[in-house]
Amino acid sequence: MAEDKNTLLVARDLKKYFDIGRGQVVKAVDGISFSIKEGETLGLVGESGCGKSTVGRTIVGLYDATDGEVIFDGMNVGELDKKEKKHFTRKAQMIFQDPYASLNPRMTITDIIGEGIDIHELYEGKERQKRIYDLLEVVGLSREHASRFPHEFSGGQRQRIGIARALAIEPRFIVCDEPISALDVSIQAQVVNLLEDLQDDLGLTYLFIAHDLSMVKHISDRIAVMYLGAMVELADSHDLYEQPLHPYTQALLSAVPIPDPDIEKSRQRIILEGDVPSPINPPPGCKFQGRCKYVQPICREVAPEFKEKGKNHFVACHVVK
Amino acid sequence: MSEVKTEQVEGLKLTEDMFQRIGKDEKDYDKIVRPSLTYWADAWRRLKENKLAIMSLIILIVVVVMAFIGPLMRPWAYDDQDFTAINKAPDSVHWFGTDDLGRDIFVRCWDGAKISLFVALISTIINVTIGVVYGGISGYVGGRTDLIMMRIIEIIYSIPVLLWVILLMVVLGQGLGTIILAISITGWGGMARIVRGQVLQLKQMEFVLAAQTLGADTSRIILKHLIPNAMGPIIINLTFQVPGAIFTEAMLSYIGLGIPEPTASWGTLAEKGTKMLLIHPYQLLYPALLISITMLAFNILGDGLRDSLDPRLRQ
Repeated sequence: MAEDKNTLLVARDLKKYFDIGRGQVVKAVDGISFSIKEGETLGLVGESGCGKSTVGRTIVGLYDATDGEVIFDGMNVGELDKKEKKHFTRKAQMIFQDPYASLNPRMTITDIIGEGIDIHELYEGKERQKRIYDLLEVVGLSREHASRFPHEFSGGQRQRIGIARALAIEPRFIVCDEPISALDVSIQAQVVNLLEDLQDDLGLTYLFIAHDLSMVKHISDRIAVMYLGAMVELADSHDLYEQPLHPYTQALLSAVPIPDPDIEKSRQRIILEGDVPSPINPPPGCKFQGRCKYVQPICREVAPEFKEKGKNHFVACHVVK
Repeated sequence: MSEVKTEQVEGLKLTEDMFQRIGKDEKDYDKIVRPSLTYWADAWRRLKENKLAIMSLIILIVVVVMAFIGPLMRPWAYDDQDFTAINKAPDSVHWFGTDDLGRDIFVRCWDGAKISLFVALISTIINVTIGVVYGGISGYVGGRTDLIMMRIIEIIYSIPVLLWVILLMVVLGQGLGTIILAISITGWGGMARIVRGQVLQLKQMEFVLAAQTLGADTSRIILKHLIPNAMGPIIINLTFQVPGAIFTEAMLSYIGLGIPEPTASWGTLAEKGTKMLLIHPYQLLYPALLISITMLAFNILGDGLRDSLDPRLRQ
């Protein structure tokens, strides 16, 4: 994968296995590689349980990778000592999925947003308070909200508070772990627009995890598709939508409704047979083989390599030429 | 009636200049009407609204104050004997009467309160401190550490309280310290289990992950995120610990394993009173009343504290 000096983050053959006892291992993330350029948004899509969130959490250091490495701005995230780790947390932040669980119900909004400021000792006293008021205004809330508790807010407002908390320590990179999937559709657009505005103003880099394809297309520069812990396709957002190469991506995209009744009527859906295999004992070879209609004998034996098949268009499939 | 109404309406001409456009200031929508409060100030404000809890708090304060000034209000000490007044019913001289050795029960009751509350306070502080720290670590670290730490509690729990007391008495002798130690050894396990359970549940929450992402260290996460959110169950358990300790002390004294004579505690007073129950019932009445009132007050206060410490219940 091409790495130029604009590259902010590189994941190489990243693996994260969870030991669930009795010698069984869940291969949540099984060897994925990608890079994110400074200032870009990489969308990460896939169905529930495919390991999207695990990728996000491993990247910000919440989980220790089982194998492989994450290089952020020249630092190997897995090998940081305590001091470097603290330094790293200032640069890479995360916005969480559930706006109800991601704010401590016992803390006021001031303390929630101010937590990062306190940990990294950025501001004190009046300056701290001013910074918190500023952040509230940046995310579209007012300073009167500062003394309230999280339960006094709606889902969309809580998500804004979560964004303000991440912004408080001026990070360069934010992992957005399904930040909109718990929100009402009308609020989703507001939050996505806020994220886009913040990106323009502050030059942020996002890893945007979601399962809503139309939203991901809207915000992402490039999109990666995951299936059962592996990355199956990675391309520029436009390319991926116009020319999906991997059979899974094709099926996924065919499920997106089109907001035009005439075209929608003639839309051909690709219905996948069967279920996602268990990540505890994934089949050998290609992870998608059991549900793929183009399946070849080789698919059942050898895992396909993640190769560049078009310009900046990476696919892991034996069938795609 | 209707004619009058019509006339009034006809006489009133509504013209545009009678109305004024006020408009609405969207910025005022979220104007806060009450001053910003810290977490504890807010909890106190809510506790004040709970009349029963405040009454219990006042009763407890009175009991504590009386434990100190009560014995000074009468001219006798707790072990002074008056052989001219044996088994005397309450009167203007001996307010709560005297016992079979001619000792003033009023003085002994409040002196006993001092001992009983001291036992309760010290053993509760020890229990809560050990329990919260132990349970917090066990739950947060998890895995094998958790497994071993919980088995240790079960081993301690498998030996009954009474056996602990007797074993400790053999080694340390009868006395206040032995009782406090016995209550502490057997009491912290329950608290540790509750805290562990809470921590296990809370550490999975996204706000804890968010704190980790922000670079918070373990002590900050335990102190700022986990313990405050586990405060409800901790407070409830604590309010059971205090009367529980008073009761255990009373029970041990009652069966003769407690504080040796002539030192008074509520338990020893009740034990002596029971022997006289049929002849001089007042000798049991006062210590029993004090035990009951104090226990009830602690329970009601604990209930009120739990409610007021939860900001989700704030109105």
